[in-house]
Amino acid sequence: MGVPPYLQVRDLRVRFETEDGVVRAVDGVSFAVERGRTLGIVGESGSGKSVTSLAILGLHNARRTTISGEILVAGRDVVGLPEEEVRRLRGRDMAMVFQDPLSALHPYYTVGRQIAEAYRIHHPKAGRREARQRAVDMLGRVGIPQPAKRADQYPHEFSGGMRQRAMIAMALVNDPELLIADEPTTALDVTVQAQILDLLEDLQAEFNSAIILITHDLGVVSQVADEVLVMYGGRAVEHGSAAQVLRRPQHPYTWGLLSSVPSLHGDADADLIPITGSPPSLINLPSGCAFHPRCRYADRNGDRSRTEVPELRPASEPGHLVACHLPAQERARIYTEEIAHVGVAR
Amino acid sequence: MARFLIKRIFSAVLTLLAVSVLTFLMFFALPRDPVTGMCPKNCNPERLERVRQELGLSDPLITQYAGYMKGIFTGRDLGSAQGGQCDAPCLGWSYVNNEAVLDTIARVLPVTLSIVIPAAILWLLLGVGLGMVSALRRGTWLDRAAIGFSLTGASLQLYFVGAVLLLVLVYNLRLLPVPSYTSIFDDPVKWASGLVLAWLALAFLFSAIYARLSRAQMLETLSEDFVRTARAKGLPKPQVYGRHALRAAITPVVTIAGLDVGAALGGTVITETTFGIQGLGRTAVEAVRAGDLPTIMATVLIAAVFVVVANVLVDLLYAAIDPRVRLG
Repeated sequence: MGVPPYLQVRDLRVRFETEDGVVRAVDGVSFAVERGRTLGIVGESGSGKSVTSLAILGLHNARRTTISGEILVAGRDVVGLPEEEVRRLRGRDMAMVFQDPLSALHPYYTVGRQIAEAYRIHHPKAGRREARQRAVDMLGRVGIPQPAKRADQYPHEFSGGMRQRAMIAMALVNDPELLIADEPTTALDVTVQAQILDLLEDLQAEFNSAIILITHDLGVVSQVADEVLVMYGGRAVEHGSAAQVLRRPQHPYTWGLLSSVPSLHGDADADLIPITGSPPSLINLPSGCAFHPRCRYADRNGDRSRTEVPELRPASEPGHLVACHLPAQERARIYTEEIAHVGVAR
Repeated sequence: MARFLIKRIFSAVLTLLAVSVLTFLMFFALPRDPVTGMCPKNCNPERLERVRQELGLSDPLITQYAGYMKGIFTGRDLGSAQGGQCDAPCLGWSYVNNEAVLDTIARVLPVTLSIVIPAAILWLLLGVGLGMVSALRRGTWLDRAAIGFSLTGASLQLYFVGAVLLLVLVYNLRLLPVPSYTSIFDDPVKWASGLVLAWLALAFLFSAIYARLSRAQMLETLSEDFVRTARAKGLPKPQVYGRHALRAAITPVVTIAGLDVGAALGGTVITETTFGIQGLGRTAVEAVRAGDLPTIMATVLIAAVFVVVANVLVDLLYAAIDPRVRLG
């Protein structure tokens, strides 16, 4: 083991105080991302994936949020760091691309100005002209034609895909070492989605940044992620390399995610198996395994799923972790017999 | 941008024409004969008939309206009883005040301007400032105090606030002179000290409304995605709030401020009455009471001009602030 991973998250817990009670949005999540690698965080809405990313950037409202655990950015813990010091890291060492670029860009300022602003804040000596030139260069690098002209336009004059490119240009303007992309393709057409994902991969090869890709779309993850973390109810339920999690999934929730996505190669008559029910309330999480009310196999080990929270434990392969009470052989049997031929799980 | 402006000005002119026609018609639809109000003592039928002739009231309505509009744009001869030749913009002759309406307006308009403009500056600064601070300090004692202030202001009436201010500051503490109007060009200090009560009363009531409005706008804006983006870029708080949040939050406030100021310039009847100052508002009310057609026409038209001009200005400002409006 040489250099430690650029980002290390250990036992992260994020809680919000609300009028209805304490929301445990993230409850003991650990992972690491190295430079040049991509971690996909997958889960339904409310699984805690966006909360995790906002915690890394320190964007939660400090007065209503309690964060514990460690978030090591280049070896330095940012949890509990003064706001001013986290601010200096934001946008320079770690940057973020948001889901909906139309609402994430300021409607009243030109795209070029918004990118130049992101540059100048971390390069105080840079003049107006230099920052603008940098913004135009970045727009060109993310594949926007006529970048000098486009820089003077407003976000509403851009198409959806171009807006997301501009957003990525803004995030990368300071060569950050960590890029967090929160559902970067969800608001876009499928054809544009692929372009944006390609762009992220190209830029990663160029800048060698660590990327966290947050999504609910397993198709997106399978295209770009090296490693996958599956979250449910604020906890990690499965974690491993992309091949392990996507090709040999171990957790019934991951099975559900995979077998509810239709496959292009599959036969159209093969039934998809949707996950029944809806994501749990983070104020009143189900007892035991949070997934048990929606799990088709929960009753196969007596009361354990209802009473005992499953730990994230090594599965059969090294580096593959799963939090499930089902015995390993049972999981392997169910997967090959019932799941492997459905949807993208094929 | 030029096309946008031309379109707005064209529709503003149409609106003003419509207002002038409506005012004219409304006045003649009143059950009361305008002449009885205009004829001082010793009115006999012949005299009434003569006044009617002089005013042109026996002419068809359309002729009268045409005459009035001609007066505004080119001036006209009103006859010896009404001061003879009346130059453009001629607003007619008031029998009640016994002077050209334009002279009345020239006397009372500066009064209303002197009340409204400083008051508006005060209420905008105070209201928007208070709203922003309480949005940024949401949930603290400062926020609660600001909410209390704006609830109080929004539920009070001007004649009450004005009376209390008068009683305390003028009659009990004798800190200020009895409100009166002096031209700012004659004596700026006297101008300010005579009107400061009116400014305070208006500013208190309006700033309460603006504090609430801008607080709500700011809170809404702070939850916008682009504010989160600004923070994610690593901008320091003053820039996040000032450059990114404030600019978006202020837009609806600008709209309402423009309309409020426009309407207030048309006459602040209650303020003028409470503090005993003769401005456009009181003049209009007295003209209605006396059935003084030319003065009514003039005051209504001037109020309409202010509202319409304010609307155009608001549209232009809006386009200047929000680039998305410019295309439309």
